[in-house]
Amino acid sequence: MYDVAIIGGGVIGSAIARELSKFEVNALVIEREQDLCCGTTKANSAIIHGGYDAKPGSLKAKLNVEGNKMFDELSKDLDFPFKRNGSLVVRTKDQDKEDLQKLYDQGIENGVEGLRIIERDELIKMEPNLADDVVDALFVPTGGIVCPFNFNYALAENAADNGVEFKLSTKVEKIEKTGDHYTITTDKGVIESKTVVNAAGVYADELNNMVSSKKLHIIARRGQYELLDKSAGSHVSHTIFQLPSKMGKGVLVTPTIHGNLLVGPTAEDVDNKEGVNTTADGLGGLFATASQSVKNVPARQVITSFAGLRAHEEGGDFILGEAEDAEGFFNAAGIESPGLSSAPAIGVMIAKEVAEKLSLKENTSFNGKRKGILNPATLSLEERNELIKKNPAYGQIICRCESISKGEMLDAIHRTLGARDLDGVKRRTRGGMGRCQGGFCSPRVMELLEQEVPMSPFDVTKNGPDAKIVFGYNKQI
Amino acid sequence: MKNYDLVIVGGGPAGLAAAVAARDNGIEDILIIERDHELGGILNQCIHNGFGLHTFKEELTGPEYASRFIDQVKERNIDYKLNTMVMDIAPDKTVTAMNSEDGMFVIPAKAVILAMGCRERSRGALNIPGYRPAGIFSAGTAQRLVNMEGYMPGRKVVILGSGDIGLIMARRMTLEGAEVQVVAELMPYSGGLKRNIVQCLDDFGIPLKLSHTVIDIEGKERVEGITIAEVGPDRKPIPGTEIHYECDTLLLSCGLIPENELSSNSGVELSPITSGPIVNDSLETNIDGVFACGNVLHVHDLVDFVSQEATNAGKNAAKYILEGKKEAKKTLEILPVDGVRYTVPKYIRPEEMDETVTVRFRVGDVYKNKAIATYFGDTQISKRKKQVMAPGEMEQVVITKKQLAEYPDITNITIKIEEA
Amino acid sequence: MEERHLTCIGCPMGCQLTVTMENGEVKDVTGNTCKRGDIYARKEVTNPTRIVTSSVRVKGGHLNMVSCKTKEDIPKGKIFDIVKALESVEVAAPVKIGDVVCENVCDTGVDVVATKNIEAK
Repeated sequence: MYDVAIIGGGVIGSAIARELSKFEVNALVIEREQDLCCGTTKANSAIIHGGYDAKPGSLKAKLNVEGNKMFDELSKDLDFPFKRNGSLVVRTKDQDKEDLQKLYDQGIENGVEGLRIIERDELIKMEPNLADDVVDALFVPTGGIVCPFNFNYALAENAADNGVEFKLSTKVEKIEKTGDHYTITTDKGVIESKTVVNAAGVYADELNNMVSSKKLHIIARRGQYELLDKSAGSHVSHTIFQLPSKMGKGVLVTPTIHGNLLVGPTAEDVDNKEGVNTTADGLGGLFATASQSVKNVPARQVITSFAGLRAHEEGGDFILGEAEDAEGFFNAAGIESPGLSSAPAIGVMIAKEVAEKLSLKENTSFNGKRKGILNPATLSLEERNELIKKNPAYGQIICRCESISKGEMLDAIHRTLGARDLDGVKRRTRGGMGRCQGGFCSPRVMELLEQEVPMSPFDVTKNGPDAKIVFGYNKQI
Repeated sequence: MKNYDLVIVGGGPAGLAAAVAARDNGIEDILIIERDHELGGILNQCIHNGFGLHTFKEELTGPEYASRFIDQVKERNIDYKLNTMVMDIAPDKTVTAMNSEDGMFVIPAKAVILAMGCRERSRGALNIPGYRPAGIFSAGTAQRLVNMEGYMPGRKVVILGSGDIGLIMARRMTLEGAEVQVVAELMPYSGGLKRNIVQCLDDFGIPLKLSHTVIDIEGKERVEGITIAEVGPDRKPIPGTEIHYECDTLLLSCGLIPENELSSNSGVELSPITSGPIVNDSLETNIDGVFACGNVLHVHDLVDFVSQEATNAGKNAAKYILEGKKEAKKTLEILPVDGVRYTVPKYIRPEEMDETVTVRFRVGDVYKNKAIATYFGDTQISKRKKQVMAPGEMEQVVITKKQLAEYPDITNITIKIEEA
Repeated sequence: MEERHLTCIGCPMGCQLTVTMENGEVKDVTGNTCKRGDIYARKEVTNPTRIVTSSVRVKGGHLNMVSCKTKEDIPKGKIFDIVKALESVEVAAPVKIGDVVCENVCDTGVDVVATKNIEAK
């Protein structure tokens, strides 16, 4: 019998797991995919928002601002890439100044620090590529960019190192209250737990609705993006948002933490909760919309496009805490933007509630530090040579576009909750994420997985169990 | 680390031929740096025949062609390092590279030859909408899997792009047991050699659909279906022309891009048309002593031309090392107009050039019964009729020093397509 | 009189050939720019042949596969049989270019030879 079963190994489930591991607890994370970070967490804007955008008094507003403040320390403790590059919400000449002012006022009310409205003269010095029609902007110095993958893995690995169990490739089919605990039926057997945390992303409504009469309804809201080559990465240095208007929220143009340029997202409600496909219509409009705030975005430099699904709950706010009519069932549902930014604060909030419910004691041996995969590019020549002498794998580049060595990939495979497929290696190391999109390195990474996991070459997959890369030997299929 | 006068980045056909030529022209200390575990580059996976007709007067397979040059490199005891990645080339020609044995090391070279080759345009760069499942490969990746690793990346295959690798892979996949349903090509003409359409598609009854493109990819984990549609003159899909194929694999052969990230980081100026360095008749870039050849310079159709070009680069690099930089007395720009997309080289130095310079280029469309004309200033110097010219094949014009000497006052050379 | 239109595969030029035939006999070949085109056209309409290339498994080598080809042209109709015949072929390293990996493949009288050097591990 577990004390807590957390359903969902995305950034929210993992943040809650890590916070819970600060207590003496018998906790389990259940993830249906064969790796963590496979849902909403892997495909979004990767922005840590300032917190001006949500309605004052909402959970979104409160937890965004709280979460944002936690990132400096967290990124140091857990060794994941994060940078406060600052955000700009830009207004064009045909938009009302009043709307920008409202956003500023809202930010102040939410407790966002350092907000300032900047006029074009100053603005253009900060961002020379802003569109000619941009007149002023709300500057949000606390806005940041993060690697959502390694943020997710860092939280999960640290939780695991502090005793939380993880069951991957396990799909929850049914949850029932049986006496004083919950019986969770999965495709890999039955799990019993005193409490349940529902962090199942776009499926959180289905889980909630199994145990609570207070029904949730989550709509998958798709966002499509274009990712550009690193050669375009310095086109802007801040995250450029467009001032929301009747025409919609607009699209953002931002550098990513790894130096690419990201343009997106669209916002379309889709019926299919697996509908992470891009569409010609969706992608087609992105650059035109982006040009309203940033000029000359080099569209020819696109290296990939992708889509993610946000878990939009009809009520519009996060659904957090114990369900009214299901004791011991805690929701972390409806986590759409600013979910990534709020994740650390959501983790603290839910863990606290669960700990109180179960009267958990503090885990005195909790170690909040986690070492990420070493990035040799940060080393001096001497340090790097020392490293290669100790471990020659760091001298062999596998992914040429991103300069990722075999050493980094081996670490990704062998570390806590290590990678088991090509995308897992990619998200952890960036190997295959560059301009050739794995064209050169994927056969090499396959070989590494084959040798190191070890596994048959015919079992190596891109992501899920059916995402096989090769079917058999030639002449024999 | 030993000192080297000449560092050649890349041990494929270009790098090998350049090294041989540099040695034969008097350079002792040459290092070839190759990132793969063997010399030969992409030829190692091109196991089909048809290479070397110009160079060796016989039809060789890719590995055989490579081995002829590898042998020449070995006979000359030219140093090479495998599994070694060049991390940086500084404008002063200091090359930083890394491997497992030597760690990260720095070579202050007197000259550098860029011979890194090219990469394939990926699905992402093509911006094809749909899901992102396993089973989408660039044709070259599939070629490596099948020919070198011995694995089949698909059973039922759709191919987008009729570049040579795509055509070759249509045949290879068919021979090795897969079913290739269709090759779709965005343009109204094929990007590959005609002989490959005959031998790789017609021989096996594989349909080639020109003016078609992929508009949707289905399948969350592995490809389950591909939809193609006809495109209009604007290359946009025409509604109602969709054809759906149930398949597990999409191969992409939609163009090659010279890999010039190292070059541009070191300050080498690139052509927006070729994505390769802009060079003069000695194949020297805007940085003194940095030369380029092969597919990193511009994408070739035949490896024979790569070898010829690389031999030139090797010879010129040797000359640079032995004689030092000579300022050009005069530089003529070659203007590509009326259907000629670019030329390599872009500049000719009439005083310093070799007796002859081969100017290579591609045309922008299919031309039938037209002529390639060369003008020195306003004077037509040559006109050569061609039955067929197509973007998939390289064309060339030879310019001689003697000819140029007769026109001392011109400021440019024009190459264009004209009525025959 | 019957006309057949072919694209020459003798070299990358891809000349458009027209073969004039009468009662299964070649009367004339036009469109070729060299002798190879004439030879190809005559052969292609009477007895089409191809070089087949593939790769076979290697034991104990620095690579797992070695590329190979039929040493000479084989009848076009035998292409698939030949590839199938190579399925069970495995050679031991070292392998040298030109080494026979399969003798007289499918009774064509043609050997399949290695096209790559493979060193022993």
